[in-house]
Amino acid sequence: MKDVSKYRVRARSSSIWMALSVAATALGLGMLALILGSLFWNGFTSLSPRVFTEMTPPPGSAGGLLNAIVGSLMMTALGVLVGAPLGIMAGTWLAEYSAGSRLASVVRFINDILLSAPSIVIGLFIYTVAVAPIGRFSGIAGALALAVIVIPVTLRTTEDMLRLVPTALREAAYALGMPRSLVIRKVIYSAAKSGIVTGVLLAVARISGETAPLLFTALNNQFFSWDMTRPVANLPYVIFQFASSPYKDAQSLAWAGAIIITMTVLALSVTARSLSGSRNS
Amino acid sequence: MVDFAMQANPAQSQAADSRARALARFKLSDAVFGWVTRLSALTVLLILSGVILSLFIGAMPTIQAYGLGFLTSQSWNPPLEKFGAAPSIYGTLVTSVIAMLIAVPVGVGVAIFLTELCPPALRRPVGIAIELLAGIPSIIYGMWGFFVLNPFLQGVLGSGLSLFTAGVVLAIMVLPFISSITRDVFETVPPMLKESAYGLGCTRWEVIRSVVIPYTRVGIIGGVMLALGRALGETMAVTFVVGNANRISPNWLDPGTTISATIANQFGEAEPGLYTSSLMTLGLLLFLVTFVVLAGARLMLMRLERRAGA
Repeated sequence: MKDVSKYRVRARSSSIWMALSVAATALGLGMLALILGSLFWNGFTSLSPRVFTEMTPPPGSAGGLLNAIVGSLMMTALGVLVGAPLGIMAGTWLAEYSAGSRLASVVRFINDILLSAPSIVIGLFIYTVAVAPIGRFSGIAGALALAVIVIPVTLRTTEDMLRLVPTALREAAYALGMPRSLVIRKVIYSAAKSGIVTGVLLAVARISGETAPLLFTALNNQFFSWDMTRPVANLPYVIFQFASSPYKDAQSLAWAGAIIITMTVLALSVTARSLSGSRNS
Repeated sequence: MVDFAMQANPAQSQAADSRARALARFKLSDAVFGWVTRLSALTVLLILSGVILSLFIGAMPTIQAYGLGFLTSQSWNPPLEKFGAAPSIYGTLVTSVIAMLIAVPVGVGVAIFLTELCPPALRRPVGIAIELLAGIPSIIYGMWGFFVLNPFLQGVLGSGLSLFTAGVVLAIMVLPFISSITRDVFETVPPMLKESAYGLGCTRWEVIRSVVIPYTRVGIIGGVMLALGRALGETMAVTFVVGNANRISPNWLDPGTTISATIANQFGEAEPGLYTSSLMTLGLLLFLVTFVVLAGARLMLMRLERRAGA
């Protein structure tokens, strides 16, 4: 009799804890819904063709985000062009050349830390090496800061993906008398292509919303400019500036920018996920 | 026969020649490729040392002027060139602690739900949805906190822009890191162990508390430290909602500031000299602290991987 009641207590406490874990999940999903919901609501009501055709306005008047969108695209593209090859090459070295080397484990360890390092510190670093000596903010400095963030992401995914390529494939290629670099470039890269592309997409997703490293590198520019050696407008900075502005026009442009960035990031991560998913199946 | 040999010879030597040339080219491209990949790997170390060195050089004037007093001084007065890091350090710690107090139980709860309770058909979609939280850029969290959470908490608690609000936003941001790592390590528990516990008559919660969590403790701590590293260094989300008041208040509902928010707000307009250098010192401090926390997280997770591999 006593045992049965003891069991009931245990069973009840178990159900209470399980109910709490369901509640935790509901809370997490609810937060996601709340954030995306308010973003979509405010974002889509602020989107209009003008957003894509006009320049950022001076305080208190209406306008668009064209210069910021173009600036962001330019810096993201340059950042990926600089960072992705370095990351892919470094990942290749870790996966293919470094077996058993101490240097490799150090590089891997440091890279994992850089992956989560505060991005504002990277902004300070690039400010010191690329802005202060030249004496002015520039799009190139912004792109460099983004490249520093791209490298760890692509390095990590490239190494993981190359390690998934079966050893038999390498051995078969060597048996045909192919030199090592050709084996890697022609055989291993094509086997791991979708994985490497996934890594690059994830890196683009990561940097397209990065704000902190651009604050002291690219700064901002109220006007349209192709010149990467001068300050370049960019979406994250404009959002930061406009969201804290008291004017309704500016706030609504900030929401429009936010929805553009979020849709881009979500589209990129869905594409990346489906790419790596199709490879697994 | 002789004729034949004489005819064949030039062609043969030509072939051998081009073969040797091709081999030499391969050798060269092999060496070049190997070195290019090696140098690329070294850029990782170059970045790390560059970050530390540039911050350290930038911080030198402050370190010389204030020494360790910089860490404990509360004043922040640019016109008088008086700078102290205490309020920023305090805000960083408080917001991160609030974030962890919320995110750790919720994140572990999500992981328990995903591994023990969730119907298999829902497992993937729920997991992906939670991980989507990690993909949303931090400036979006900042905006959401500022325009949605801030008025809401203003109504409920009477204070919108505060250390507490910043902690809540940080908690939502780091939740996916904790839950996905915890889920991954929960899945490494051998089914045999859990089945034995069930066989002894344990309830679900008892199995989780006495088998799953002790078995994966190192991994959970690693995941929590990784999330802590993120929370400490997060900038934009915090800058929007923390209130940016340079003071130490024991009330978490008061506005405050964090290291990252102070840098983000002031570095752009800081005068060169001690002002800039003090912000650099804050950056150096932030980087060193997050480096230690993240390194600890990595070591914990590596220990678990080694055990799983063995």
